[in-house]
Amino acid sequence: MIPDLGKYAVPVLASYGVSLLLIAGLVWASLRRSDRVRRALEDVETRRKSNG
Amino acid sequence: MSLNALWEFANPRKFIATTDRVLPWVAWAAALMLVAGLVWGFFFTPDDFRQGSTVKIIYLHVPSALMAINAWLMMLVTSLVWIVRRHHVSALAARAAAPVGMVMTLVALATGALWGQPMWGTWWAWDPRLTSFLILFLFYLGYIALWEAIENDDTAADLTSILCLVGSVFALLSRYAVNFWNQGLHQGASLSLDKQENVADVFWYPLLATIAGFVLLFVALVLMRTRTEIRARRMRALLARERMQA
Repeated sequence: MIPDLGKYAVPVLASYGVSLLLIAGLVWASLRRSDRVRRALEDVETRRKSNG
Repeated sequence: MSLNALWEFANPRKFIATTDRVLPWVAWAAALMLVAGLVWGFFFTPDDFRQGSTVKIIYLHVPSALMAINAWLMMLVTSLVWIVRRHHVSALAARAAAPVGMVMTLVALATGALWGQPMWGTWWAWDPRLTSFLILFLFYLGYIALWEAIENDDTAADLTSILCLVGSVFALLSRYAVNFWNQGLHQGASLSLDKQENVADVFWYPLLATIAGFVLLFVALVLMRTRTEIRARRMRALLARERMQA
């Protein structure tokens, strides 16, 4: 399945591993913060409406 | 669309309404292009006659380095818009782009080190391009820290915009360092309109696909993060109003 990377297998696979991990972490952190802030804003707006 | 129509997106409500429709398409296109480009490059391209299989690192290193520089240039444009026209959305877009640019710089530095070790015999050298890239990374850290350190949003936007102007020198240096100083280990541009200078077609097409994927990923993340910053700013304003009324 994985192509024969010869003597450079470690740097090539490490490059893909590190990069994909960093990018996945960035996407996850962005989604998580987006969700948290959206919910927190909804809570504040609901509270303000109920308080008149 | 006229230039005046573009300013409508400076309205936070309009920005959120428009990105509600656009963001899913951009995100899916980014995922598609990234997977297609990386699978094509990793599984279906041959080894280079000089660099062997390490040439596969090009599909991560070049797009990430490209985005590291262009993210800062995008921040420069939006910071200038803030300074000149005081549109909050543009300042928040610059803030939203910084962590994305920082991660892209980190990916470029990490893949560069992993590529450099087998090819140059060293993980790191104080080469003009490598050094200017490291300084660009430090500028990203400083820019993000400055936003976090200042409580008042407008003051933070003012000061970070100035920092962005200063950092632009290093963003441009990291792109043209090889041309300015004809020394160091790093090669010249891998992408060029000059056929002689450019990489071979067999590497070029999957590289274009991954570059498109990285650009779309950057756009998707910046749109999403800008929406978050707009909401966070509104929340801070509402909470401040509540405190004043209490």
